[in-house]
This record gives sequence, C-alpha cells and structure tokens, in this order.
Amino acid sequence: MHDDDQGHTHGDPDPHAPSPDDAPPASEWEFLEKALSALLAECGVIEEADIQRMMNFTESRNPALGAKVVARAWTDSGFRDRLLCDARKSLREEMGIDVGTIAEIAAVENSDKLHHVVVCTLCSCYPRTLLGQPPAWYKSREYRSRIVREPRKVLKEFGTVLPSDVSIRVLDSTADLRYLVIPNRPGGTEDWPAHRLEALVSRDSMIGTALASDQNDK
Amino acid sequence: MTGISGAAGTRGIHDVGGLDFGAIDRSEHPLTTFERRVDALMMLMIGPSGVFRADALRRAIESYNEADYVNLTYYEKWVRALRILLVEQGVLSDEQIDARIAALRENCEGVQP
Repeated sequence: MHDDDQGHTHGDPDPHAPSPDDAPPASEWEFLEKALSALLAECGVIEEADIQRMMNFTESRNPALGAKVVARAWTDSGFRDRLLCDARKSLREEMGIDVGTIAEIAAVENSDKLHHVVVCTLCSCYPRTLLGQPPAWYKSREYRSRIVREPRKVLKEFGTVLPSDVSIRVLDSTADLRYLVIPNRPGGTEDWPAHRLEALVSRDSMIGTALASDQNDK
Repeated sequence: MTGISGAAGTRGIHDVGGLDFGAIDRSEHPLTTFERRVDALMMLMIGPSGVFRADALRRAIESYNEADYVNLTYYEKWVRALRILLVEQGVLSDEQIDARIAALRENCEGVQP
C-alpha cells in the first residue's frame, strides 16, 4: 500500500521530495510565508536566525527521545512512578528534557488488560516538544473521526490486533493536555540493555496505534 | 461526509470526533522547506515571546469554511492563520502583506520558467 521511493520511474518528479531552500515560491501560500517572514524581521518581531533556531529545535525532538523515556520507565520503577505522577517534572529533572510550551503532558501506561491510544479530535495536539511533529495521518479527519468510535477496528488497520479481553482507552488531547503512551514491554527482554529496549519503541507505539516490537518500521 | 451539515448541524467544521471520514491514508513524507518554515514561525508566534496563543490558532482555523478546511493542506491552513492573527493583533496590516507579496511576485517573474 505504501510505495517505496524505488517505485518512482525516471523523469517522474518525486512528490515527496522537499523543495530546495532557494526555490522561488510556487504557490500563493509560499509567497505569504516569505512575505510574513520578511515583514516580521523588519518589524523586529523575529529574525531569520530565530526561524532557523526553531527549525533546529523542532528537529531535535523526535521519537528516539521518547523511546529513551520509555526504556527508562521499563527499567526503573521509581522513575516510572514519578513519570506517571508528574511527567513534566520527571522529564526535566531526570531526563533533562524540557517540554517547553506544552501546558501539561501526561504519561499513561499500557498493561495486559488496558491499552491506550491518543488522538486530538478537534485539531492536532501532540507532545511535539518530546516526540517531534505528529505524522500526517494523526492530523487527518479520517483518523480523528474514527479512532474514538471504532478504535479496535482502526488499530487493526494499523496492524495492531488486540485480544478481546484488553480494554482500549482513547485519550482525546487538547492544547493544554497531551499524552505519552508507555507501551507494554515485550516479554523476553528482561536482560536487554537500554539501546536494545529503545529500538523496540516506535513513534506509533507511543501514540498507541502500535505495540512495542522488534518488527518496527517507523 | 455525514454529520457536518446534516441533523447535527451545530457541529463546527473541526469537530469530527465520532464521525466517519473513511480510510486513513498512512503515507508520510518529509516536510518541505515551506512546511518547516511555517511550523517554526507558528511555534515562535505562540511561544513565550510570541504575540498570540495556540488557542487563537485553533479559533482562526475553525473559522474557515468547509471547502478551505478540507482542501487546504495542514500548513497552508497554518500560514493563513498566521496572517489573520498577525493582522488581528496589529503587528502587520493587510496592506503591508499584500504589497510585500506583490513585490515578491514581481521579483520572481524573471526566474520562473
């Protein structure tokens, strides 16, 4: 269903390729961005360097950071308890991660009986200062509308089939409260070092559309 | 497309929880330069030293008509919201923005194919 890049034939422009930095604006919206950036710089509101700095900051926040948090929670029960109790504080004090402008972040833990999955039905709220930008599907009307109504079916579409005795709790995020799912630790990983545990934790497993697994493709 | 303009007509365009918009497209692509720049601008504007809050971004986007809400891309909606909110806050004026876009278009004419 999802073509790899190899699927493109020669001469076909890659629809997923980012445009080069020096490309002239191609749409009215790109012109608008250039105009706003230039005017805000002239007014002294923000400089080009601020934009570059923010772009770099955003890229420094990504699922690998979340995976470190999850692996620590799996192996350090004291940290796990503090994370579940006050995620912002424990992330800052014990992991050195400042979640910044997010008003509140809550960690929720999956178990053999309860699975959590996160959505923002009204817009696209996401713990982006921990996990980076949300995937496009997370922001889509299709996911936002359906995950609250038929979560088990939607999870199955994501390849995540849960036993019928596992309850699913769907968490609807807001601008003021965003969630990190701590997925179930796979069995047989008791002796694994942190870096191997982290590799089990995909972005989607921290949203709840996947399980922690060594079959990660994201 | 059920529920938006039907019996549950009091729903806002953004209020989609519980409806059914069909198959989820799970394809992903790296963000373009345009998308990354709009993202950064928005984060700066809603940040501690910004000029509006995330709630204002939501209100702006929720004010779009259905065609724009559905057809504009995510970051097109954001950059349009930036314009609306910067004008609303008195940071920039529509005249300023339109004049700058016109100047940029003029500059670009020589380099476009």
